[in-house]
Amino acid sequence: MPENTAVVKETPEPVKAEAAPAKGAGTGKPRSLWSDAWHDLRRSPLFIASAVLILVLLSMAFFPSLWTDGSPTEADLANNYLRKPEWGAVFQPEWFGYDIQGRSVYNRVIYGARASIMVGVLVTLIVTFLGTLIGMLAGYFGGLLDTVLSRITDIFFGIPFLLGALVVLTSFEKRSVWVVILAISFLGWTSMARVARGAAIQVKQADYILAAKALGASTFRILTRHVLPNALAPIIVVATTALGGYIATEATLSFLGVGLQEPLVSWGVDVAGAFRSIRNAPFVLIMPSVLVSITVLSFLMFGDAVRNALDPKLR
Amino acid sequence: MTLIDEAPVPQGADDSGAPLLEVRDLHVEFHTRDGVAKAVNGVNYTVNAGETLAVLGESGSGKSVTAQAIMGILDMPPGRIPKGEILFKGQDMLKMSGEERRRIRGAKVAMIFQDALSSLNPVYSVGFQLGEMFRVHRGMSKKEARAKAIELMDRVKIPAAAQRVDDYPHQFSGGMRQRIMIAMALALEPDLIIADEPTTALDVTVQAQVMDLLAELQREYNMGLILITHDLGVVADVADKIAVMYAGRIVETAPVHELYKRPAHPYTKGLLESIPRLDRKGQELYAIKGLPPNLTRIPTGCAFNPRCPQATDLCRSDVPALFPVTERDGADLAGRGSACHYWKETLHG
Amino acid sequence: MAELSKKNEPAEPVDATPNVTEVEVVDAASETAAIAAIEAPVDRGEPILQVRNLVKHFPLTQGILFKKQVGAVKAVDGISFDLYQGETLGIVGESGCGKSTVAKLLMHLETATAGQIFYKGQDVTKLSGRALKAVRRNIQMVFQDPYTSLNPRMTVGDIIGETFDIHPEVAPKGERRRKVQDLLDVVGLNPEYINRYPHQFSGGQRQRIGIARGLALNPEIIICDEPVSALDVSVQAQVINLMEKLQDEFNLSYVFIAHDLSIVRHISDRVGVMYLGKMAEIGTDAQIYDHPTHPYTQALLSAVPVPDPAARENRERIILTGDVPSPANPPSGCRFRTRCWKAQDKCAEEVPLLAVPERFKGQDTPAAHESACHFAEEKDVVHAA
Repeated sequence: MPENTAVVKETPEPVKAEAAPAKGAGTGKPRSLWSDAWHDLRRSPLFIASAVLILVLLSMAFFPSLWTDGSPTEADLANNYLRKPEWGAVFQPEWFGYDIQGRSVYNRVIYGARASIMVGVLVTLIVTFLGTLIGMLAGYFGGLLDTVLSRITDIFFGIPFLLGALVVLTSFEKRSVWVVILAISFLGWTSMARVARGAAIQVKQADYILAAKALGASTFRILTRHVLPNALAPIIVVATTALGGYIATEATLSFLGVGLQEPLVSWGVDVAGAFRSIRNAPFVLIMPSVLVSITVLSFLMFGDAVRNALDPKLR
Repeated sequence: MTLIDEAPVPQGADDSGAPLLEVRDLHVEFHTRDGVAKAVNGVNYTVNAGETLAVLGESGSGKSVTAQAIMGILDMPPGRIPKGEILFKGQDMLKMSGEERRRIRGAKVAMIFQDALSSLNPVYSVGFQLGEMFRVHRGMSKKEARAKAIELMDRVKIPAAAQRVDDYPHQFSGGMRQRIMIAMALALEPDLIIADEPTTALDVTVQAQVMDLLAELQREYNMGLILITHDLGVVADVADKIAVMYAGRIVETAPVHELYKRPAHPYTKGLLESIPRLDRKGQELYAIKGLPPNLTRIPTGCAFNPRCPQATDLCRSDVPALFPVTERDGADLAGRGSACHYWKETLHG
Repeated sequence: MAELSKKNEPAEPVDATPNVTEVEVVDAASETAAIAAIEAPVDRGEPILQVRNLVKHFPLTQGILFKKQVGAVKAVDGISFDLYQGETLGIVGESGCGKSTVAKLLMHLETATAGQIFYKGQDVTKLSGRALKAVRRNIQMVFQDPYTSLNPRMTVGDIIGETFDIHPEVAPKGERRRKVQDLLDVVGLNPEYINRYPHQFSGGQRQRIGIARGLALNPEIIICDEPVSALDVSVQAQVINLMEKLQDEFNLSYVFIAHDLSIVRHISDRVGVMYLGKMAEIGTDAQIYDHPTHPYTQALLSAVPVPDPAARENRERIILTGDVPSPANPPSGCRFRTRCWKAQDKCAEEVPLLAVPERFKGQDTPAAHESACHFAEEKDVVHAA
């Protein structure tokens, strides 16, 4: 086995895209499909724009202190619904005003990124892992296992998402980020399982699977070395596109009052709080909702760019 | 009958007016990740009514791309036609409007594809799809169109046509499906049919049936036929003349039997020698060394030079034109041309 | 060693004893004996692989929850042949005749419905565990489509090297990379290409990679399923020449499955003609091509397009009518009778056996080879020069 890894180690050597060699000529540097995709991505304006936005959002989530010195929970009732933009001055957090309790909307939005993005990323990871595992097993083995797993998937798929989430979440007294993550994952893995199943069915018909079987490869080896790497592209595309959706879902659930709750800081919580004052202080609503939109849009764009780079039909 | 643009004056073309189809100096390129792939680099050929031209070449030779350009079904982008003319009855199709071209496509020029199953729509019956041609182009009623469909299926010798007209494509065998494709191409009695590897997907015993049918119908309707293939054997019976393509250019043209008997281009010669014989067991096969060129980087000079056993410095620097080929004593060989600087040596040994 | 292999040889062509499931070799001693037999060398010209009454039916089922069998596609329906050490046995036939299924059965990629495959006297269909792995090492395959038979996410080094991961006893760990490079060299590829991905190669080069993978374990038999039909004409010759060179170099036996009769003649010592899951005719290349006695072989030969106008002019054309019937519902008696110009009542009633026809028995004529036709009769359609 160590020898095997030694061989593998040499493959992902970074590829100079400029030296892109001729297709099919067997000349030039090694070029995996991933490095080809990366080469495409780096030239895609869609990818660059969305990647920059996502990096900005991630920096908010992990290093909020880079963006603000204040605290999201520091409240001064004197500032209730106050908004004092000083035009002419450079960027000021005060532009975005204060909420009902006199907390800085700007600070809250920066700190809210963490919960929203954490929900998005973790749900995506859980859903991808679970869905890929179930879908791949069902697709590759077929037969009875497929029938059973597919029916289970169908049952979960049949549950209306919001209704299901309402039922699950209201049964918890206190809802932490983890409860929300698990609830969304619990209801959301089905679409991923379907994609993975379809991809596995397609891949298992390829001759290289037959070739591996003819060599006497174990099922585990076939699944991990042959089926998974080849089924991964559509799964990654769906995962990146879905990530934005999970963030929106968290916001929706929090808005409905069954997601995250105060004193947790999240965009959804903020939107829910601001909604009550939509008439007299609409500015409190704008920033968290705009950020939810930007985040969702960034991940959708990111998913689109990844799809363009990975979709074999376009190459 | 002449294929050679450079040849003095094309006989036959001037007295009967313009030929049915004339491709002049056609260039097609594709923009790919690796650069510009020059798929077709100055192709000239002529097809007259009642004539069969076989275009022979390996994958990447540009034979199918040329056909797609004629049909106007190239994907553009990434494809592009930087140069050239495609004259159909004297009119340049590349200069026509989309609407004009659409009117020619199907009605005047029809195409038969390799894969009949994916060319037919699986959700409609065969009779409906055949009849659609008449309903759309000729404005026939449903009933008339159905009768026409049955007539056509009879024409292409599908047994029990009247009973099978309502069957769906998957209910037919590969050979029968290809017959349906032929019927479809014939429906509006076009002047020219382009068949792109029409029998490649079929079994040998069925191949012969379909090829014979195609040749018979072509004679009957006096159509021009362009037969695109990679199989040297398939075309030998039905074609009048052959154009051999390599790396987007025509490297040799000749009447069918002449080509097989006495090739005048090293590539053609190599191809013929590399095919195993059915009637005797040979020694080691002759193999053309190397690989077909990468279309983004076609070698300078003659594109075949890196694989050619007799290449010289001239071949590496100058692109050979399609020279008219003559006998040793200078007697003209009608319709023959070779894009080799050393065609004399190749032909006469 | 030689005695061992003889002892285990099937005494008689065995009657079909249907055996669907793999029988576990419980007894460790018998497993060791089986492996010893499998590893024993076989003399040139001795049978190395013997196929007896091989049957593969794919069940046709109806219903989603409660599946019931409504029929079967009889892809392979009772086929017997021998492969001798060092020879190439060509198997030709049209699509749907079952030749690819035969390849999969020989590779143990499908389980036979009935019949036996003896490798050096061991019934492969009954082996499992270590003994089966030993057989797998010795029988390798080259696939038809060089574009789908190589995993696009793996480098050439990993694709060929994977064989050593699965059979670690063949190459010590430190030597594997060098061995892969040697293999690339053997098949005529630059050993420095070891880190490239399949899509960076042309079709012909990919097929060479597939051949290198097949050679990696030093097998005795290579099953080639249409190995050149996806390649361009000018590249086909290169690959065929390579395969012939490797056969001499490594003392290989080939089962060469193809639909192209010219190529099969070129490479094969003996040829079997398949039609609808049955063997129609089998013999040496000269017997089949120059002295065919089965009408299907004759029709097939006459239909091959020949790019030589002189050769085709003195050739007879037999154009068959109709299509190959469905293997789910094959004709009674002789399967070819629906398209045969010689068919009589007897053909519908009696299944012709694959044997030397009565009229040629004991005669010293090339027509005296096995042919499954009631009215076998020699007819030279190719007219060899």
